[in-house]
Amino acid sequence: MFELGLSHYLTVGAILFTLGILGIFLNRKNVIIILMSVELMLLAVNINLVAFSTHLGDLVGQIFTLFVLTVAAAEAAIGLAILVVYFRNRGTIEVEEIHLMKG
Amino acid sequence: MTQMPDIAPALPEIFLALAGMALLMLGVFKGDRSTRLVAYLTVLSFVVAGFLLVSTVETPSRTFGGMFVADDFAVFMKILSLLGSALAVIMSLEFIEREQMARFEFPVLFLFATLGMMLMISAGSLLSLYLGLELQSLSLYVVAAFRRDTVRSSEAGLKYFVLGALSSGMLLYGASLIYGFTGTIDFVRLAETFAEGGQVGIGLIIGIVFIAAGLAFKVSAVPFHMWTPDVYEGAPTPVTAFFAVAPKVAAIALFLRVMVGPFGDLVLQWQQIVVVISILSMLLGAYAAINQTNIKRLMAYSSIGHMGYALIGLAAGTERGVSGVLIYMAIYLAMNVGTFACILSMRVNRRMVEGINDLAGLSKTNPLMALSLAVFMFSMAGIPPLAGFFGKLSVFLAAIDAQLYTLAIIGVLTSVVGAFYYIRIVKLMYFDDPVESFDRPIGRDMTLVLTGTGLFTAFFFLFPAPIMDAATRAAQSLLAG
Repeated sequence: MFELGLSHYLTVGAILFTLGILGIFLNRKNVIIILMSVELMLLAVNINLVAFSTHLGDLVGQIFTLFVLTVAAAEAAIGLAILVVYFRNRGTIEVEEIHLMKG
Repeated sequence: MTQMPDIAPALPEIFLALAGMALLMLGVFKGDRSTRLVAYLTVLSFVVAGFLLVSTVETPSRTFGGMFVADDFAVFMKILSLLGSALAVIMSLEFIEREQMARFEFPVLFLFATLGMMLMISAGSLLSLYLGLELQSLSLYVVAAFRRDTVRSSEAGLKYFVLGALSSGMLLYGASLIYGFTGTIDFVRLAETFAEGGQVGIGLIIGIVFIAAGLAFKVSAVPFHMWTPDVYEGAPTPVTAFFAVAPKVAAIALFLRVMVGPFGDLVLQWQQIVVVISILSMLLGAYAAINQTNIKRLMAYSSIGHMGYALIGLAAGTERGVSGVLIYMAIYLAMNVGTFACILSMRVNRRMVEGINDLAGLSKTNPLMALSLAVFMFSMAGIPPLAGFFGKLSVFLAAIDAQLYTLAIIGVLTSVVGAFYYIRIVKLMYFDDPVESFDRPIGRDMTLVLTGTGLFTAFFFLFPAPIMDAATRAAQSLLAG
């Protein structure tokens, strides 16, 4: 029988984290996708923390996860608020249009 | 029954948090007319918090299950952040009223950002580190986009948010790996684990690298600097003045606390990373600034360079290195606040100007401002006997002590290159013909800040002892704990 171990969870976490980073840098379309990628990164961290926590038999990791979830919610709220402000000014949220300042 | 933790060491932070909430209530009930009142009360709370800070803490103490550390190092850095924030609030008052962005949340956000910085500086575990960092960052994202009717400010806020969230994610991923491979998030227990020696696994090293990358982002060191110029240029000028000092002080403090504290015994693992980051920052700070025409952008590259110099002290990793960084940050704060007071006074016909060429002939139209800006520029270039020279001297000496000769030599060479663009501003002010004179008077608050920081920068060499001694004590407390 195939058994799920710590390394499987860590692999999933690493893949999700990499997807998040790639989503931020390779995405040329929409800022919303960047916000989703940021959430993906934080969730990957949560998977890591919970997996480690059960593996070590230590509760600290799960408490850390709860804090990360809370902060992630606040971060998403602020991110969306800034995005709305930006959209009102520019009328677009395409990533390629965000280039007013360069140098 | 669990015991109530000792709250005395965290009294300044608790006071600031309560003051912030009270000011929010005051603002909600009295509306935006109360902005000036809220701002004055914010400055007052900074002063009270600073007073609590120096009066309550005597010995190094840890509370809240080791999550909160109060020692001499924390006191030194917190006073610097409080000072930077208070001066930023004072400098921004007139600006926000003039530009119709006077909303009472503005000073309150500064206050919460400062609270976050103080928690960062006192962090005793990876969890409190993360929470302090986020409290600071979330407030800063909002103030960057505070001028919500202009495209540039909202673009600055958006860029800062995306890259800041990325860096928090990286830091957090590193934290999760360190937790997993050591089984603890407490700095003291991490230090004990590493002191016992044993194999340092690859997972642990990846964790440290991620944490270092996340922190390098916050201090805007190369290669994680890309947000700095855009955010500095786009954010409202008083916000840029704030960004340039207090968060940098707090982030450097955090960098020192994490690298020298829990990872102090792994110095061989992270030293090369810090050396490379430092060299790249100094080079970019020196060369990329040469072509700039916007003074806020120039200050962004200048601050990247300065962070490179400050990181020299961290790379040394010795007591002398740490105290060098502390002295450097104290002087950096004075120079930057003063320079931004000048930038905030650059107005022609009631309109802000940001071009470097607008400074031409300033010595004829406003000699006092030209003199103080010249002092700041010479000081940033590191010309003795001004303060900036002593900052650079202390980190270079620490590098030579630690036998990091390459680092010291590159530091000296890049500061020569950097001198070019600093002194070009002096040349513009003193030897070129005036274009348009700036509006006068520049305001009482501004004159006060300008003369205060100017006198400090010019005459630091007469009385360096108090700051030097305090920095040495702070460095000792960091290395002992």
